[in-house]
Amino acid sequence: MKLITTASAIALAAAALTVASAAQARDQIRIVGSSTVFPYTQAVAEQFANSTGKPAPVVESTGTGGGFKAFCGGVGVDHPDVTGASRAIKKSEFEACTKAGVESITEVLLGYDGLSIAHARSGTSVNLTKAQLFQALASKVEKDGQIVDNPYKKWSEIDPSLPDVAIAVFGPPPTSGTRDAFVELVMHPGCDAFPAIKALEGDAKKEVCERMRQDGPFIEAGENDNLIVQRLEADPTALGIFGYSFLYENQDKLVGTPIDGVAPSTETIADGSYKISRPLFIYIKNAHRGVIPGLEEFVTEYVSEASFGEGGYLAERGLIPLDEGKREDVRQAVASSTAMAAPAK
Amino acid sequence: MTETTYSGSDAADRGNDMAARRKRRDAANRRLQYYGIGAISFAIGLLALLFASLIVSGYTAFTQTHVRIDFPISATHVKPDAIDQGNYRLVVRDALADLFPDVTSPADVRSLGQILTNNTQFFVRDAVLADPSVIGRSVTLEIPASDPFDQLNKGVIDRNVPENQRRVTDRQIGWFDQLVAQDRVTAPFNWALFTAPNSRFPELAGLSGAIVGSALTLLVCFVLSFPIGIAAAIYLEEFAPKNRWTDLIEVNINNLAAVPSIVFGLLGLAVFLNLMGLPRSAPLVGGMVLALMTLPTMIIVTRAALKAVPPSIREAGLGMGASKHQVIMHHVLPLAMPGILTGTIIGMAHALGETAPLLLIGMNAFITSEPGGITDAATALPTQVFIWADSPERGFVARTAAGILVLLGFLIIMNGLAVWLRQRLERTW
Repeated sequence: MKLITTASAIALAAAALTVASAAQARDQIRIVGSSTVFPYTQAVAEQFANSTGKPAPVVESTGTGGGFKAFCGGVGVDHPDVTGASRAIKKSEFEACTKAGVESITEVLLGYDGLSIAHARSGTSVNLTKAQLFQALASKVEKDGQIVDNPYKKWSEIDPSLPDVAIAVFGPPPTSGTRDAFVELVMHPGCDAFPAIKALEGDAKKEVCERMRQDGPFIEAGENDNLIVQRLEADPTALGIFGYSFLYENQDKLVGTPIDGVAPSTETIADGSYKISRPLFIYIKNAHRGVIPGLEEFVTEYVSEASFGEGGYLAERGLIPLDEGKREDVRQAVASSTAMAAPAK
Repeated sequence: MTETTYSGSDAADRGNDMAARRKRRDAANRRLQYYGIGAISFAIGLLALLFASLIVSGYTAFTQTHVRIDFPISATHVKPDAIDQGNYRLVVRDALADLFPDVTSPADVRSLGQILTNNTQFFVRDAVLADPSVIGRSVTLEIPASDPFDQLNKGVIDRNVPENQRRVTDRQIGWFDQLVAQDRVTAPFNWALFTAPNSRFPELAGLSGAIVGSALTLLVCFVLSFPIGIAAAIYLEEFAPKNRWTDLIEVNINNLAAVPSIVFGLLGLAVFLNLMGLPRSAPLVGGMVLALMTLPTMIIVTRAALKAVPPSIREAGLGMGASKHQVIMHHVLPLAMPGILTGTIIGMAHALGETAPLLLIGMNAFITSEPGGITDAATALPTQVFIWADSPERGFVARTAAGILVLLGFLIIMNGLAVWLRQRLERTW
C-alpha cells in the first residue's frame, strides 16, 4: 500500500519536526488579557511588527481574569509576557503571581475606556441617572422603604418623566469585563441612592447591588457587541451597554444616552465629567525583558507618544489618553522596569 | 362485516368502491410526494436564504477601494544606505501635500492622511526596498483607502446623513471627491483578502494566515487520524474476536463520535498544553485535538467500507493460499479505499469547520503574520471569522461574511471532491 507508506512517512516527518522545533526558544511575544484592552494591544502589535520587521506578537483575548491566570502561571517561555486588564490586579492574583515566581511586575496605566449606554438613532433620547438604571436593571429594588423583587416593567413606572415604554436593555454576560465595570460604575453608585439598601451590610448589600434581574427586561446579549448594535437597530426603544469604541464606530446608527446629564464623548470621558469610565492596564513580566526578543521594543512602542499619547493611534481606536505628566511617569516606570508593590486588596 | 352477494348492481357498486379507493390511494401517493417536495424546498429555501444574506452582506468585501498616489522619494527622507529606516511618514505627507497644496494646517494634514490606510508608510517602504533605484525619483502606488473611505466609496456610509453622525467629515469627502475626479480612485478585486494575513485595519486584513493555519491543522489531523483510524478499523473488522470487550469498544467508539467537540478542546487544553507542555495556539495541538474528534468517525467509516467488500474476495484469497495479511493489504484494503477516502474527506471537512475546541487551545489569537510551521502560533478559518465578527470597525462586518463564504467555498470543494471520488472509483458488486 503506497498510500499508507506515504502517510506514515509524513507522520514520521511531522513528529521529527515537532521535536526539533519544540526545543527552540520562543521568538514571538505572547500577550493575553482583557477583551477591552485587546484592540489596543492589536494596534501596538501590528505597528511593532510592521515597523521593526520582527515576528508578529501573538495577542489573545482571554478576559482580564483568564489573562492573570495565564500570566501568573510562572516565568519561562511557556507563559505570556504581558497581560491586559480592564481593572487593577487583585491582591489574590498578585499573590498567585509571587507564588509562581513572577515577582517583578510593571503596572502600566494606559488610559481610560468609557462605558456607554446607547440606543438607535430612530429612538427617542432620554436622560437617565445611575439610580434609575439601578431601578431598571437590579433584581431587587427599594420601594416604600422595603427591599422587594423588581416590580418595574416600564420606564415610566420608575419616573413619570421617562417614556411610557417597556424596559429593554441589552448587556454583556457575567463573564465579561464590561459587565464587571458596569456593576462597579453604575449599579453600586446607583444602589447607594436608596437608604434601605445603603443601610445593608457586607454580602447582603453586595447581593442586592450586584445582581441583575433575570425576569426579562435585562437581556444578556453575549460577548459580541456587534450583535447588540444590530438588535438596537431593530428595536428603537431598547438600550444597549457596551464599550465606548463601539459607539464611536457606529455613530451613524447609535446615540449615547446621557447619564446624570452628561453624554459620552471623547471630550467628556477625557475630562472626567462622564463618570462611567474605567482605567485600562497592561502588566509586564520583568523577568522576560531582555530574554524574549523584541519585548523591550514592544513595551516601549506601547507607551510611546505616537501610540498612547494625545491623538496617537490608540486614541483613534477609542482609548481616552492620560494627561501629559502621567504619561511621562508611565514611560519612566516602563523604561526603568519599576516593580509594582503588592496591591492593598 | 356485511354479507357479500354477487348480483349485477352489487358488482357496479364494487366497481365504484374500487375506483374511489384507488383515487384515495393515488391522492395519498401524491400527498406524500408533495410533502417530500415541500420539505426539500424548505431546506433549499433556508440554504438560499443563508447564502443570500451572506452574499448581500459580504460581497462588498471582495472589492477594495484603492487610491493611486505618486510618492516622491527624496534622498533626504530615505538614505540609500539605510532604506528600512527612512522617514516614510514624511514621504507620505509630501505626496499628499503635492496633491492638495492648499491643505496646510497640521489638523487638516492629519485628517487628509486619514483617507489612506494607516500603514501607507510601510507600503512605500516595501516598494523602495524592492527597488532602491527609485530614491530621488517618484514611485506610483495603489494604496488601499482606509476603512471609512472604502465604506463611503461603496455607499455603506451615506453622505447625506448629518456630518456628526458619520466617521468622515464633509471636508474629507470633498478631498476624496477630488481624488475621484482626478481618476485616482479604483476598486479592483480584493486579492489581499486571500493573500494578506490578518490586520487590525479592515482594508488590509486578509485570510492568508488563517488559510495556512487551517491547512497545517488539517495536515496534522490527517496524518494522525488516517493511519490510526485505518489500523483500528482493520483490527476491529478483520481480526478482533466477537466478545464482550470488542462490543464495549464498539459502543464506546459510537459514543465518542457523538461527544460535543468542546469536550475534546478541554481535553486538549488539559493534556496537550498543561500536561505535555506543547505550544499554545499551534496548529500541531489544533490538529491533535481535531484528530481525536474525527477518529471515531474515521473508524466507523473505514469499518463500513471494509464490510462492504464481499466475503468472496477474502475467501478466494485465502483459498489461493494467501495469508490474512496479504488478503487484507493486497485485496480488501485497496477495494475499500474509495469508501475510506470519501469518509476521510468528509471527516476533514467537518474538522475544517470546527471552532469550539480551537478556541480553548488559543487558536483565536491576533497574529499579523502567517505561521511558518506547525508549532508557530496560528489561527484557523472559523476562528478568524470569530475574531472578525467581534471587531468594532464597520469594514469587518462585510469581511466576516466574506470569510464565511471563503470557508463555505473550501467545504464545498472538499465535499465535491468526496462525491467525485465516490462516483469515479466506487465499484458495485
